[in-house]
Amino acid sequence: MLVNQFLVIAALLFAMGTYGLLVRRNTVMILLSVELMLNAVNINLIAFEAYLRTSEAIGQVFSLFVITIAAAEVGIGLAIVLMIFRNRQSANVDEYNLMKF
Amino acid sequence: MTFADWLSEPVNWVYLAIGAAVVASAFRVVTSQNVVHAALYLVGTLAGTAALFLMMSAEFVAWTLVLVYIGAVIVLFLFGIMITRAPLNVEPGLDNPKARPLAAVVSLGLFVLLAYTSLQAFGSDQLTDVGTPTDTVVLAESLIGRFVLPFEIVGFVLLAALVGGITIARRDLTPLEEEERGAV
Repeated sequence: MLVNQFLVIAALLFAMGTYGLLVRRNTVMILLSVELMLNAVNINLIAFEAYLRTSEAIGQVFSLFVITIAAAEVGIGLAIVLMIFRNRQSANVDEYNLMKF
Repeated sequence: MTFADWLSEPVNWVYLAIGAAVVASAFRVVTSQNVVHAALYLVGTLAGTAALFLMMSAEFVAWTLVLVYIGAVIVLFLFGIMITRAPLNVEPGLDNPKARPLAAVVSLGLFVLLAYTSLQAFGSDQLTDVGTPTDTVVLAESLIGRFVLPFEIVGFVLLAALVGGITIARRDLTPLEEEERGAV
C-alpha cells in the first residue's frame, strides 16, 4: 500500500466537504460538511502515523483529539442552531442577516 | 511503480472497494436534497473511514470513530434535524444554486492542489509493516504520559462544551413561568 492512496482519498473528502460548506444553505447540512472535512484530516493523521510509525503513536493520539473536539463542536454548533431556529424560525444561513451591513 | 503493479496486491482491491464506497457516500452527503438521507450517508462515509483506519492498523482509533461518530454524533445530528423541523422529505431550498459553480471550482482546485502536492512529495513510498496493529498500551502510555496536558485540556473543553451547549439550547423561562415554578 502506498501513502498516497490514503492522502488522495483524504484530499477528495476534504474537497467534497468544502463544496458542501459553500453550497449548502441549511446550517445542519453545513455542520455535516464540516464533519466530512474533519474526517479527511483524521485519515491524513492516521496515514502519516502508519507511514512514519512513531514509537508513541503520535498521529493516532492527535486523531483522537480531533475526534473529541469534533464532538464538542457538533454539540455547541447544534445548540446554537437550535437557539437561532427558535428565534428566527429558520435554519438557513442566508436568512441570518441581522449583523450584516 | 505502475498501476498494474499496484493492482497486483490484493489488499489494494479491498482499498478500492472501500474507497469507492467512502467517496460515493461522501458525494451523496453533500449533494442529497433530503436532510435525513444526507445524515445517514455520513454513516456510510464514517464506517468506510473506520475500515480504512483498520487497514492502516489503527484499531483503537477505528473503533473510537465507530463509537463516537456513528454511535453519538449522528444521533445528535438526527436530533438536530428533527428539532429544527427541517422538512424531512425532499426540499429544493437546501442548496444555494447560485453558489454551485464557484463552490465546484474552489473544491476542485483544492483537490487538485492537495493531491498534486502529496503525489509530488511522496511518490511511491510504501506503508511499512501495516499488518501489525498498534498496541492500545502504546496509545494509552502516550495519552497519559507525554500528552497528558493536552489530554486534560481536551477533557475540560468537552466539559465546557457540554455545559455551554445546555446553557445555550435551554429555553429561558418567562417571568410568569418563573413565578409559577417558584424559581429564585
